[in-house]
Amino acid sequence: MDLLQYLAQALTPFNLLLAFGGVLLGTLIGALPGLSATMAVAVLVPFTFAMPPASGLIALGAIYTGAIYGGAFAAILVNTPGTPSAIATTFDGFPMAKRGDGNLAVTLATLASVVGGIVGALALLFLSPPLSKVALAFGPPEYFWLAIFGLTLISALSQGDTLKGILGASFGLFLATVGVAVVGGDVRYTLDQPMLVGGFDVIAALIGLYCIPVVIDLVARPDPHLKVSVQAGGYRLAEALRLCVANWFNLVRSSVIGTVVGILPGAGGSIASLVSYSEARRSSRHPERFGKGEPGGILATESANNATVGGGFIPTLVLGIPGTPPDAVILGALLVQGIRTGPGLFTGQGDIVFTFIFGLLIATILMLPTGLFVGRYAYQAIVSIPKAVLVPTVAFLTIIGSFAIHNSITDVYTMLGLGLIGWILARYGFQPSPIVLGVILGPIAEQGFVQAWLIGNAQGNVLGMFFGRPISLAIAALAALTLFYPVLMDTLKARRARRADGAKKEPIDAD
Amino acid sequence: MIRKTPFLAAPLVAATLGAAIAATPALAFPDKDVDYIIPFSPGGESDIAARLQQPVFADEYDHQLIVKYQAGAGGAQAWSQLNSMPADGHTIMGINLPHVILQPMMSSPGYETADLTPVYWFHYTPDAIIVKADSQFQTLEDLVTFAEANPGLVTFSGSGSNSANSLAKSRFDALAGVTTTYVPFSGTGPSVTALLGDQVTASWGYSTVAAAQGDQVRMLAVASEERLPLFPDVPTFQELGYDMTGGAYRGVAVPKDTPEETRQAVSDAFQAMNNQPAMRKAMDDGAFVVIDVPYSDMESFMSERRAEIEEAAKASN
Repeated sequence: MDLLQYLAQALTPFNLLLAFGGVLLGTLIGALPGLSATMAVAVLVPFTFAMPPASGLIALGAIYTGAIYGGAFAAILVNTPGTPSAIATTFDGFPMAKRGDGNLAVTLATLASVVGGIVGALALLFLSPPLSKVALAFGPPEYFWLAIFGLTLISALSQGDTLKGILGASFGLFLATVGVAVVGGDVRYTLDQPMLVGGFDVIAALIGLYCIPVVIDLVARPDPHLKVSVQAGGYRLAEALRLCVANWFNLVRSSVIGTVVGILPGAGGSIASLVSYSEARRSSRHPERFGKGEPGGILATESANNATVGGGFIPTLVLGIPGTPPDAVILGALLVQGIRTGPGLFTGQGDIVFTFIFGLLIATILMLPTGLFVGRYAYQAIVSIPKAVLVPTVAFLTIIGSFAIHNSITDVYTMLGLGLIGWILARYGFQPSPIVLGVILGPIAEQGFVQAWLIGNAQGNVLGMFFGRPISLAIAALAALTLFYPVLMDTLKARRARRADGAKKEPIDAD
Repeated sequence: MIRKTPFLAAPLVAATLGAAIAATPALAFPDKDVDYIIPFSPGGESDIAARLQQPVFADEYDHQLIVKYQAGAGGAQAWSQLNSMPADGHTIMGINLPHVILQPMMSSPGYETADLTPVYWFHYTPDAIIVKADSQFQTLEDLVTFAEANPGLVTFSGSGSNSANSLAKSRFDALAGVTTTYVPFSGTGPSVTALLGDQVTASWGYSTVAAAQGDQVRMLAVASEERLPLFPDVPTFQELGYDMTGGAYRGVAVPKDTPEETRQAVSDAFQAMNNQPAMRKAMDDGAFVVIDVPYSDMESFMSERRAEIEEAAKASN
């Protein structure tokens, strides 16, 4: 069989070394806030030109998947997502670390990432041509509703205070409008400052809003950052595996969600992990435990975001449309090497494509030993190093990370400014996640809305554009369900309680 | 020596040839690695061009061309900072048309066109109308006839507002006397996705898009002077009676304090890279059109482009 032959090609010592090195490097880069998967891949591209195409692709794919996974470390141990994909991992990851289960959380994230990555890579291997149609089924109205769905998730997930969640998201949406509008080209809220023309960068906002409050609080409070676990040293692998088995359906569902969202060129790991997190919470028997350190939350977000890697390669390789920003870099590298993507790639240049996909699978599996090893040291380091070292290190990384986005000091100012605002807001109970998700979802919603409006207007059917398409309607219905679900459940519960009360009372009355 | 000079009149061709012969890499450029700043995200056409130039430069000069990205505000972020960078020729920046003329015309991006010092333009990607392979429109004439009968109904996806694509749309609408609807997307990728997903009738893009998408799409016409080697069957707009050539030009600029002889040396280096047969072939394969606009021809080239862009921008209002 041909596939086995490609597997053998992927298993050459050189390719194995590349997969291992890529995953290790990617994990380290992803763990540092601000150093993103896109950057890691772009830096590595020139080195791959000297390699055979399949090997180069394996190195790039390995570093990419490693970086997406590495984002979980900072999310769990420092409460600052290393990449936007890991935002939802902070919800339960940090509470677990705080109560002393940081090593368990890291092991769970590793297992979940491996499962998600494998599901995504298998979809890429066996289902690419049919699944690539998903990318094309999503037009402007679908992206608009997807972003609205994401916004309703924020309000539903806001712990404690829905109103503050909505206010935070609105602030994020406002930040997203600053700068030159993609659709229309208007210059908005720049106060005539050239610095603001480019708008607020998502990564700069991410680093500022998450890291700066953490740094300030570390300095302001005397207690240690994380409680030291009783079993601090171990991986707690057996325990984590048991949790995975108990949550197998959650893992599979989240991986499928991640794969499908990854296929959509306009949506990324942040949306994938948010959607799967919300689904995990909704279907859980203990939804109230989510946000307080529920292992199922980490399993959902980390399997989903690593599944987007394989999913994102589907439109990239089949259609020549990058599914995610790192895919765009890899696509550019392919073009430079003279490889034409498209449906013919799988049949015409199968040796490159299938060797690469097997390489990606191998890299994903290598994440298990690499991640456990790195995770153990990361956890011990964060737990044991004194605050006097931890604080300057994190502070230094925030500056480096935000400068590295565009090699521009502007993003450092943005990061610091938003960080201060975030710290003040946090004192009044506003969480950073709704704000950052507002910044991410705002442009998707706005562009989708205006594009759908323009197309609908040209066809004389604006309403049909927004409400007459099946996928749009399904997403809109999900958004409505998410928005009213808590209210609905409360009403139902109250009614059931009343009925139960009534049922109890009746016999008493009869007596 | 084979060269394509679609925009330059005969005297300019002579001047270009003269400059090429006189080119001597004996100046103090490059005497170390050169920082090559791309004002866009990695993966775009500017990045691909830089990646192709990298090995040629290393071969020629024993120094590296180090590609750095400084994306933001459609390039404006980087261009507004160019003049504060080291002006010794070892910091150069990618520069794009119509961007650097359109942006200051439409808003205040933090620089003026005159602040920038382009020293070489090495290629352009001609504007093109692209439809899906299974589209009912076989020729440009089919599309124009349909657009005449149904004003506004034809939708074009394109990359951004006030961009090369939106400009091409207004130019063509004026030339053909039709009214169409332009739908801006946040880049070429999303714009092509919308086309492949049947969200729009057609797309304003570049010849490079048709090359990258292969047989999923059909290019109806291309705004180059001659037919492209990669697409011998696709007519130019001029052949079809629309006086439209041009697209997105890419070149390289230096900070304004860079000495005259260094500017010339950078120009010569890019000329030498453009002359490499391997480079020409890579460009042809990707459907880029190689041009040679050296530093000495900069003023006339820029003023021609400015006139063209101003006219098109006026037509769109």
